[in-house]
Amino acid sequence: MAKYILKRILYLFLTLFIIATITFFLMKMLPGTPFSNQNRLSPDQLAIVKAQYGLDQPVFIQYIRYIGGLFQGNLGTSFQFNNEPVTQLIGQRLAPSMQIGAQAMILGTILGILLGAIAAIRKNSWVDTLATFISILGISIPSFVLAVLLQFYLAYKWHIYPVALWDNFQSSVLPTIALAALPLGNVARFMRTEMVDVLSSDYIELAKSKGNSEWQVVVKHALRNSLIPIVTIIGPMAVSTMTGSMVVENIFSIPGIGEQFVKSITTNDYPTIMGLTIFYSFLLILVFLIVDILYVLIDPRIRLGNGGND
Amino acid sequence: MEIPQIPKDKFKLLNNKGNKEQEKIGTPALTYMQDVRRRLFKNKVAVVCLTLLSIIVLISVFAPVIAPYGPNVQHATLSNLPPKLGNLNIPGFNGYQNMGGKMVDAYQQVHAPKGTYYILGTDYLGRDLLSRIIYGTRLSLIVAVLATLVDLLIGIPYGIVSGWKGGMTDNFMQRIVEIVSSVPNLIVVILMMIILKPGLISIVLAIAITDWVTMARLIRAQTFQLKEQEYVLAARTLGESSTKIATKHLIPNLSSTIIIQTMFTIPNAIFFEAFLSFIGIGIPAPNASLGTLLSDGQKAFRFLPYQMWAPAIILSIIMIATNLLGDGLRDAFDPQSSD
Repeated sequence: MAKYILKRILYLFLTLFIIATITFFLMKMLPGTPFSNQNRLSPDQLAIVKAQYGLDQPVFIQYIRYIGGLFQGNLGTSFQFNNEPVTQLIGQRLAPSMQIGAQAMILGTILGILLGAIAAIRKNSWVDTLATFISILGISIPSFVLAVLLQFYLAYKWHIYPVALWDNFQSSVLPTIALAALPLGNVARFMRTEMVDVLSSDYIELAKSKGNSEWQVVVKHALRNSLIPIVTIIGPMAVSTMTGSMVVENIFSIPGIGEQFVKSITTNDYPTIMGLTIFYSFLLILVFLIVDILYVLIDPRIRLGNGGND
Repeated sequence: MEIPQIPKDKFKLLNNKGNKEQEKIGTPALTYMQDVRRRLFKNKVAVVCLTLLSIIVLISVFAPVIAPYGPNVQHATLSNLPPKLGNLNIPGFNGYQNMGGKMVDAYQQVHAPKGTYYILGTDYLGRDLLSRIIYGTRLSLIVAVLATLVDLLIGIPYGIVSGWKGGMTDNFMQRIVEIVSSVPNLIVVILMMIILKPGLISIVLAIAITDWVTMARLIRAQTFQLKEQEYVLAARTLGESSTKIATKHLIPNLSSTIIIQTMFTIPNAIFFEAFLSFIGIGIPAPNASLGTLLSDGQKAFRFLPYQMWAPAIILSIIMIATNLLGDGLRDAFDPQSSD
């Protein structure tokens, strides 16, 4: 187990290194200048500005510096946002994104589990059809469409929630719902399939024949065993929540990293784009790693390769 | 010793008639594809989705004939008109607009010529929204189909080669797949969009570059199973070249995997196009795609909600229909996968 985790962590850094290298050279290949007022600068001024950002050095030296900085947790400084260090930019904006993302994933997972379980228990009834319909809607309707519609009705027309604001819990409700739809749909679907499988297995029959009530059988036996595979979809769920959060944060004007990413793309702020790319990749690879480890820990049937005596 | 000859007429076939009846094949033998088609058409949801999608595709193909106006034809005086459906007085489609708490005929206000009406209204430049949505859907579908094609062109050969060769080649190719797939799709797409010039080709490339990995993985796994089959062994024994085995034996047997995966790639591509256009790095103006229309609609939704409704509904319908059809196809190809 320890060997496996170590190997995976090594892979994590290797992948991050490759991503950092590729993004670095891609950004260097881009035409244009990072300075918006270059034409008005005298050659001397330009040289000073370039030296300040280390752009006067050969590309290879810049690359070594950048990678060196990465190891010290330094992602460079932003060209656009008051020369703030990128790490600081991310740090300030991490909390709102994390809050919305976590809320959405928790809400989506819980509702999805309930919906999927109910659908499986009442298989082929109208409840099942309704649950399937809801989960298909959740999977199909893009989060930004949902966000726009929620904003129009719940915020603008009916004044239940603020249109675009970030201060208290109230303002996080709409973005959370918009982001929770996809995990809800996915989890419900997955849960239903799993649960149908589990409900038709022998140990459920045994539990029933021992005279347990349906409630007991479902909660004590079926639900628990169906939950294990849900762990595997946490990774993809994190990816989709992150994707969604970029537009959803934009729509609701939430000062999070998704909004920052979109803003730095539209303003050509290369160090910020690079920093956020690396940060996002790190986050996701880490989530996948944790999920894989969790899965091995939870499910004793999977014991990496050597027959369970690891 | 002589075997006594028994005359033929001593033998009598018993139950002649009944036996034949039993042995007769009542229904025509179905090929695999016929079977799949039968199962698919029995699935009502899938049929409805297939019909809906066919209509949408047909409308997009014949967009120049069907759309009442060009997608970029502007009528500066007729901007932001609400939907109006002829002279029918249907609320929401009668050309009336809420202005300061009063319902006003917006068409009269701008002195639109008599008989002018826009079924879905016009946008801020006076462009007909219906035409823009038809052309926008067309563009989104083109992106999706092209991206899927590129996806197939990379994914299938990659998967087959990796699975067929095995060993070191496979190991190396799988490491590449691992690295590509560990980078979040969206990041790659966005980086590609920043580097390439915004436009149709860049979007297609950006989407395809990330999407082929899933296809390649599935194809590889299937190829691993298929190459152990007897008919592949037979083909090898007969001296068929690897390319011929791949095209003649492997790809036909991989077709169900390919079709199902394609049905899940298409909505994915439509989503990414809409997403990129929505955040402003996708299809450049003045071209319309579902994403740009939705983004325009969102900016104006407070006062002109109809501009947001139509693209939102069309986009959702396409996404739902492709997803459900994908499910239907999977059940049709592999009945065991459904319960």
